[in-house]
Parts: sequence; C-alpha cells; structure tokens
Amino acid sequence: MIAAHGIHKHYGDFHALRDVSIEIPDGSLTALLGPSGSGKSTLLRVIAGLEAPDEGVIAIAGNDVTRLAPQGRGIGFVFQHYAAFKHMTVRDNVAFGLKIRKRPKAEIASRVDELLEIVGLAGYQGRYPSQLSGGQRQRMALARALAVEPRVLLLDEPFGALDAKVREDLRKWLRRLHDEVHVTTVLVTHDQEEAMDVADRIAVMNAGRIEQVGAPRDLYDAPATEFVMSFLGPTATLGGRLVRPHDLVLSRGPAEDAVPVTVERVVHLGFEVRVELRDGDDAQLSAQTTRAEAAALDVEAGQSLFVRAERPAVAA
Amino acid sequence: MPRPATDAVGGAGGPGPSLPPSAPVARRRSRRAVGGVGPLGLGVATLWLSLIVLLPLAAVLVSSLEGGLAGFWDAVSSPPAQRALKLTLTVSAVVTVINAVMGTLIAWVLVRDEFRGKAIVNALIDLPFALPTIVASIVLLALIGANSPIGLDLVATHWAIGIALLFVTLPFVVRSVQPVMLELDRDAEQAAASLGASNATIFRRIVLPALAPALISGAGLAFARAVGEYGSVVLVSGNTPRNQVASQYIADRIETDQPAAAAAMSVTLLLITFAVLLVLRVVAHRRTSREG
Amino acid sequence: MKVERAPRIALRTVALAYLFVLLLVPVGLILFRTFENGIGAFWDQVTTPASISAMALTLEIVAIVVPLNVVFGIFVALALVRGRFRGRGFMQAIVDLPFAVSPVIVGVSLVLLWGVNGWFGGLAEVGIRVIFSLPGMVLATLFVTLPFVVREVEPVLHEIGDEQEQAAATLGANGWQTFWRITLPSIRWGLAYGVVLTVARALGEFGAVSVVSNGVSGQSETLTLLVANRFEDLNLFGSYAAATVLMGFALVALVLMTVFERRSTRA
Repeated sequence: MIAAHGIHKHYGDFHALRDVSIEIPDGSLTALLGPSGSGKSTLLRVIAGLEAPDEGVIAIAGNDVTRLAPQGRGIGFVFQHYAAFKHMTVRDNVAFGLKIRKRPKAEIASRVDELLEIVGLAGYQGRYPSQLSGGQRQRMALARALAVEPRVLLLDEPFGALDAKVREDLRKWLRRLHDEVHVTTVLVTHDQEEAMDVADRIAVMNAGRIEQVGAPRDLYDAPATEFVMSFLGPTATLGGRLVRPHDLVLSRGPAEDAVPVTVERVVHLGFEVRVELRDGDDAQLSAQTTRAEAAALDVEAGQSLFVRAERPAVAA
Repeated sequence: MPRPATDAVGGAGGPGPSLPPSAPVARRRSRRAVGGVGPLGLGVATLWLSLIVLLPLAAVLVSSLEGGLAGFWDAVSSPPAQRALKLTLTVSAVVTVINAVMGTLIAWVLVRDEFRGKAIVNALIDLPFALPTIVASIVLLALIGANSPIGLDLVATHWAIGIALLFVTLPFVVRSVQPVMLELDRDAEQAAASLGASNATIFRRIVLPALAPALISGAGLAFARAVGEYGSVVLVSGNTPRNQVASQYIADRIETDQPAAAAAMSVTLLLITFAVLLVLRVVAHRRTSREG
Repeated sequence: MKVERAPRIALRTVALAYLFVLLLVPVGLILFRTFENGIGAFWDQVTTPASISAMALTLEIVAIVVPLNVVFGIFVALALVRGRFRGRGFMQAIVDLPFAVSPVIVGVSLVLLWGVNGWFGGLAEVGIRVIFSLPGMVLATLFVTLPFVVREVEPVLHEIGDEQEQAAATLGANGWQTFWRITLPSIRWGLAYGVVLTVARALGEFGAVSVVSNGVSGQSETLTLLVANRFEDLNLFGSYAAATVLMGFALVALVLMTVFERRSTRA
C-alpha cells in the first residue's frame, strides 16, 4: 500500500499540494485525475521521491520513505515524454535498472527479452529510441520501469503525448497488462475518459486538494462535490441544481417537479439526440435523449416542453 | 506544472557524491530531489572561474590603481601610450569599416550567388579563426615582407598592422550576416520590385535594415578583437615605438618592468572592449524587444 | 532583389579576389617557401632538438589543459544550466570574459597575480615558480580556452533536459552512475567539439604565453614561441617550417570540427 499523509508542497508562492492524504491499496490501478495545475503530477513525483514534500509523510508498504531518494523506493516511473535514453538501444534501455543492480548477464538478457515480448517489442532489441514511434517508445519505457520489478508503478500522463488512436490502444493494453502483472499502479491523467476506462479507483484532484476518491462508477453516480460532478462528465443546470444531461426527461405535459422550457435546436448525433433548451429564466441547458424518444415526442425547434431530472442531483 | 526554482541536495545530475539512500537529507522548502546541481558543484564552478579568470583580472585592476586615479591617468596619457592607443583605435576603426563592407559583400555572394567551389570558399572563411595568430603574422610577412613576391614591403608601417587586422577579423561580419541573409524574406524584396524600386533602393531600404543588427554585431566583435590583437601584428609591425599597437605597448611595459603602466593600459583596453560589447548587447536587446 | 548576370559576376569577382589576396596567397606562399627546398629541408627544421622540445612542451600544456577544462567546464555548464542561484547572469558573463580579453592582458594579469611581486608572489619563496615556467603557461592557456567546453556543452545540456536523469534515478542509479551512464554519453559530441576547439586554441596560443614564458629554447619555448623566436633570429625558413606544422594542426582541427558538428546535429 502507498500512503500519503498531510502532504504540503510549495513552488515559491504557489501552493501545489495542500494537506493531501490518500491511501492506495495493493494491486489497484488508481488514477489521479484533475485539470492541469491541480497538483496531480506533483503528488506522483512526491510519491516517487523526485520532489521532496515540505510537510507530510509518504509510506510504501508500511515503511516511511519520505526521506528516501527515488533510488531506494522500489518504484517504476514512466514519464509523459518517455525519457528514453537516446544513446542506448532498446535492449540497453530496458536492461538499465538491472545493470545498475549488477544482475548476471544471462539473467538480464532473458528478462529483457521476456519484457519486450510482453510489451510487444520483441525483435526491436537493437533499435534506438529515435527509430521507434511514440507509442513504441512509451511501451519501451514501461518495460524499462517494469524490469526492476517495482513494488509500485507510477505513470505521469503516459499517453499525453500520443495521438488519439494510439492512446486508446495503449490504454486497453495497459489495463490488460495490469491484470496480468498486478503491480500497484498510479496513473496521472487529465482525461476523465482515460481514467474511467483504465482505473479501478479514481482520485479527483483540484487546486492542490483531493476532492474525492472512489470507484469510477461511484464518482460518476455519487459525486461528492460540484467539481467532481462537472469534471467527470457533461452537466446541465436545472432549477439551480447540477444534473447529467442524460438524466433529463422531456415531456409534452406538466409533471411533478417539471420545468417549462423552449426547444432551441435539435442536434442528431446518430443514436443519441441532443436537445438544446432554454428555461423560464432564459438560461440554456441541453438534454440528451435517444432517437426513439425524440421521435416519440416529435421534438422540433420552437416547441414548448417540460423537463425534469430522473435522478436526485447534486445541490449547486 | 511549474518547475521548482531551487537547488537540490545530492542531485543525480552533477558529478557530486551521492548520498546513501538512508542518509538523512536536510529538508527545506521547495527543494528539488533529483537532477540539480548541489552546493558543492556550484562551489567548485565558482572557485574555478575565480581562480582562472577573476583573480588575475582583479590583480590588473588593483595594480592599475596603485598610484591612485592620478597615477592611472599619468600612465595612460603619456605620449607613447597615447600614440599606441590612437594608432590602435584608428586602424581598428578603419579595418572594421572595410571588413563590414567586404564581409557583407562576401556573405551576399555566398548566399545569393551560385558557382563551383562555393563550399570550399565558405569553409575558407573560418581560416583566420583556425590559424594561430603568430602563423597569421608570419604568413602575412611572406606577402608584404622584405621578400614580397609583389614587391610590397610594408613591414613596420601602419599598413602592415591594418592588413594583419583585416586578416584576423575577416570572419566576424561574414559569419554574423550570412545566417540572417539566408533567412531574409525575399517576398518583401519582390514586393518592393513590383512597386518599381530599383535594386539599389531595395538594398538600401529593405535588405540593409534587415541586416543592420547582425552587421553591427559582427562589426562590433571585429572591432573588439582588433583592439586587443597581438599575435598577428607582432612580426609585421616592426614593433618600433612609432608603430606599436596597444597590446604591444602593454607587452613592452611588462618586459621592461613597468607593471603599473602595463596594468593601466590593460584596464583602458578592457574598458573600451566592454563598452563596445555593452553597446552590442543593448542593440541586440532592443531588436529582440521590438520584434518580439 | 534580382541581380543581373554582369553585376552579379562583378560582385563575385570582388569577393573572391579579396579572399584570394588576403587569405590564399599568403598561406600558399608560406607552403611554397616551406617546401621549395624539398621535404628533407623541412624535415630537418622540424626535427631539431629545439623544435622537438617545443612540440613536446606544447603537447604537454595541451595534455594538462584539456582534462582540466573538461572536468571544470562540465561543472560550470551544469551549474549554469541546472543551478537556480543568484548571480547566474554574472557567472555567464565571467565565462565569456576570456573571449573579450586581449591575450597580452591575460599574460600581464597572470604576472601581476602569480609573479614574484604579485599577490601570490609568496609561492616563489617556497620554491613554486609559476611565471616563467610551466604552471604560468598552463594558467595562461586555461584562461584563453576556458569558455570552449562550457559553451559547447551548455546548449546540449539544455536540450536534453533532466528527465532522462530522473528516469535513471527511479531505476536505481546513484549520482555517479547517472552521470557516467546518462549525462556524459548524452553530451559527448558537444564535449568533443569543445575539446577540439580547446586543443586548437591551446596549440596556437601566443600572446598570453609569450608574456608568462621567457621563451628559452629547448626549455620554455612552445611551438608558437618557436615561430616568433626563429623569425627574430633571422632563421626565416625555420620559422616558416614551424608555422607550417601549426597550420597542419589547425587543418586537422577544422576537419574534426566539421565531423563532430555533423555528428551532433544528427544525433
């Protein structure tokens, strides 16, 4: 287990982490999710020992490592921009940590080959990082981090520098890898979809604080704060409350708690239909519905309808 | 994410001793754990620069003021000192102007013209930088010395000093103007031509203003180099009191055991050089702030 | 600006003629004078005891100066790139100073600091002679070559950043291991370029060395001093021969510089 307790970190006048405490269970894949500047990368670097906290304690597997250099923490770290050793081949990159640990040559060779097999880079041993694509470089970096059999794998926006398609592939691949290797993993990301897709626990961070920690579904369905609600998905404001657009129900006639609205525009997005509305206070909101429902209501611009929330929402 | 702006202890970046993993690390605000330069590395760097560069120059400055400001002034305003200084500045200025013109012309030929062997000519420009100054001196002596193949014995004249300085300062303007000329916006020139401007007008109104900062910078560096030049001049100037540049005057004073006079002239030359470099920095700064 | 053919050729002729007269003719003339009596005569001049001792002394100075400048140059470059300290701008200016100071002034400043009547003149009393002996020449050469390694390594360090070093740390490498396995290999071509510049300048330095050396033949006479001293002794041919040797070194340096520059831009 990784435990952070009461972490504070300043960069000059900037208060990057404010009394952050979190526990990350063994074998989990936890995402630190938040906008840029929320402190998520700083927290990861503090866990790694790449930054020293001003206050607070970091413990890995029950040992206080706060004053330990990164070398002694038993971690693997993957950087957003790969941090590939440019002057070394793929083989030497992956073997680096093992050579530092002075493992026997034969053991290093077989371990490197095994890892490259796992990350799908078998046959690339002799290449240099400059001869690899971005996705390949990041998989090499992962193999390099895993080679030393870390207790904890820390990933700092590992897919942030890749294009959308590669990012999605690597995401699925990482999930599968984690299911096989089971190493405790912390992933930093600003992409809520990525966090929901990969992680089994998400910690949402904002302005140097952790807003909420939990399973992706719990965070989505029961957000503790407005920030968590709006960061994890689209929102609409109905009667002064935040709701998910797909929880809005449209009807022709008045119903309990329903609010009268005017349809401004109807956007057909394949299966789903977005209905842009304006309420009595002249505020805009959009509801998400299906083709069938939209057809049943015969929705069109200029129409007057009623809308209500299907599920209890977060008070704004 | 803002990067921390502090130093680190036991950084992995510098060749300093690393702390064993269990050693307690002094905690301080916002320190960087890895990839910095420790206070040890900083200390070594500072000590090195002080010992090799700063202390000697401090010794010159202090020696020049041993007789107070009056002593300094006496040393610099003595007739031989004045003569050497005047000669140095005059010849350096003329040489700088000539090489500003020729350097711009050569840069233009290297960028806009095409001919066989251009790459060799381009490489040749660096020759004065690569050649030891004393070799430059003896090389020029072959050209304008007693055995001159063109019957031009200029040794011990101002001309000889001028030619030596032309030789060693040739690359400065070429190498500072050339890259700017490569980047020059030819569309602006074509636009001017389409508006009926002659080549002379285009050069004066469009090209020259764009080159000016690089030209001034190259010329300034050439002037600074010329003012302090010694090796290339030493064999061709004849080193008579009449035909002695400032650096020769300094060497002469130190050899004849007049350290205060040598130091005073040294400080004067340094001040002139620094003033030139300071002006260049201001020019460059104004340029970047205008274009930025 | 489209220049017609005729004026273009005129400009080209002026430029090439200037370079020809100023650079090529004198250099060609020296080579001609050196070899007009055959290789044998040249060889005799280059292998006199004085000449061999001058070459040995020059190489000795280079052999001392280069490692010192490499080690301390890397320290200074690391401090300038990675350090966030007050006075960094000042340190930058100090590193550029040797470019702006006349070699003769370098020599004078060393005499005033290390000479018998200088600040550190006391060293002479305990038998350590700096000026008019090897340490003085080494110090003079160190002064004039100090910027090269720093200025070539600094931009490379900037470019590679410190992420690779952080990665090495997370993989268990300590400071030394990271430096030897990551930092040094990453800057090697920039460093090599800086070393070539340092060697070239160290071989060719005249002004600063001439002030701090008494130029005794076979003892404290470097190659450049040999050129000047032979000229003053009216041994013009010997002077040309020594100059040609120096030119050869300069040529090798130029070739190496081109090679390393290509390497570093490709890597």
